[in-house]
Amino acid sequence: MKHVKTLNEANLVNSVENGGCGECQTSCQSACKTSCTVANQKCEKKGKRGR
Amino acid sequence: MVHKFDTLGVKCALDVCSGTVHILDDISFRMLDFFDEEGNFNLEEAKKADCADEKCMEAVEELKELKEKNQLFTKDIYKALVAHKEKKSVIKALCLHIAHDCNLRCRYCFAHGGEYMGKREIMSAEVGKKAIDFVIRESGARRNIEIDYFGGEPLMNFEVVKEITEYAKQEGEKHNKNFRFTITTNGLLLDDKKMEYINENMGNIVLSIDGRKEVHDKVRVRVDGSGSYDSIVDKFIKVAESRNQENYYVRGTFTRDNLDFSEDVMHLANLGFEQISVEPVVAQETEDYALRKEDLPRIFEEYDRLAERILEARKNGKWFNFFHYMIDLHESPCAYKMLSGCGAGHEYAAVTPSGDIYPCHQFVNDPKYKMGDVFEGRIDMDIRDIFVKSNIYTKEPCGDCWARFYCSGGCAANAISMNKDINKPYLLACEMEKKRVECAIAIKAREALDEE
Repeated sequence: MKHVKTLNEANLVNSVENGGCGECQTSCQSACKTSCTVANQKCEKKGKRGR
Repeated sequence: MVHKFDTLGVKCALDVCSGTVHILDDISFRMLDFFDEEGNFNLEEAKKADCADEKCMEAVEELKELKEKNQLFTKDIYKALVAHKEKKSVIKALCLHIAHDCNLRCRYCFAHGGEYMGKREIMSAEVGKKAIDFVIRESGARRNIEIDYFGGEPLMNFEVVKEITEYAKQEGEKHNKNFRFTITTNGLLLDDKKMEYINENMGNIVLSIDGRKEVHDKVRVRVDGSGSYDSIVDKFIKVAESRNQENYYVRGTFTRDNLDFSEDVMHLANLGFEQISVEPVVAQETEDYALRKEDLPRIFEEYDRLAERILEARKNGKWFNFFHYMIDLHESPCAYKMLSGCGAGHEYAAVTPSGDIYPCHQFVNDPKYKMGDVFEGRIDMDIRDIFVKSNIYTKEPCGDCWARFYCSGGCAANAISMNKDINKPYLLACEMEKKRVECAIAIKAREALDEE
């Protein structure tokens, strides 16, 4: 493409099928405690979820 | 929904419901304006604006192609997952209040000197062990269980921390549970022996330090009013090095008194720390240090400045991580996680020194939110329901917000404390969260462009 460069092929839609195991860390357990930041939490199935 | 933004000199479009990020040139950035919410292009409007020449239409074709590939104008299909969350959610993480006591009197502390508006007390090993039994039972089929030793100051009761940890490891083996421990400390009582035990047993340690000495010492004071920076900084450097600069955070708070907080982040980076989190204070506006709406432009400017400084440092071979700019565009959390948020009250709970259970550390000692105790081992399902049923679809402003999957609707405790309603997010925090997400994405975009 000439005008657009896509940065990632990830698609949240695909995670509906392969996600939801609930094994990941809760966000306040990392460094938070006064805000809610979910997007920077690690997926326990990293590399295996096929997103 | 598509969110386009121009941050750090890069034009980006985020396809909100797929999580796909596109870097746009000036033409495609402009042409996005002529698409409606469904992704239909309006040629007449484009012509009227004199935006329909060959190059413009070339960009339009590319944007249409992305829509075809489900990478632009993707629909929100996640509402149906909420029922899964409500049904499957189990308590799998506990914040153990090891000590409702503290050797500091930080001005902004939500625990008010560690007491949480209650009395000074420490947790017994018996209560801690009951909490471990409780979470093993409640967590059902979940294997990973998180325990966060919190306070007050947990090192004031470290022998009990050790006893609970050993018990959890032993019981974990029996019940096929993998316990992961975090401890949060102000560092005053940290010594080599404690450090050794923590390094051997805990996957994460959060070290409280606000940045520059004068900033830290103004707020993080001892009982006699003196600053604590000099007593902790060398110890924290030692912790970070002993953990190979991984699996820890130096964690600070910025207030209205240091809106130039990028200086504090850089101060921590220059001390050699590679895992840094500095968060905005949450406080009622009656406090002089509280952040206010009129501070937002200055805060946004500072987040931009911080992002530029991070890019610059990394270019010069000095890598460090800023917690709120961490974003994995390739393997972000799944949609279920994006809807669960922090899990307070249904995946995560706090246990007080006397064994009472609350939805999270921020609700402790508010009688309306007492969910039960570890002795009886049952939780109030009505209170659980308030939390598990609240999500981005029940929170009014979230439905139209492009950042809803990054914060999952924000902190429930902040919503309740600021707006008396779990479904009314604390909007000042929302604005800062949105800015941080834009910066996080723009950093990735700039790094990708630099690699070319």
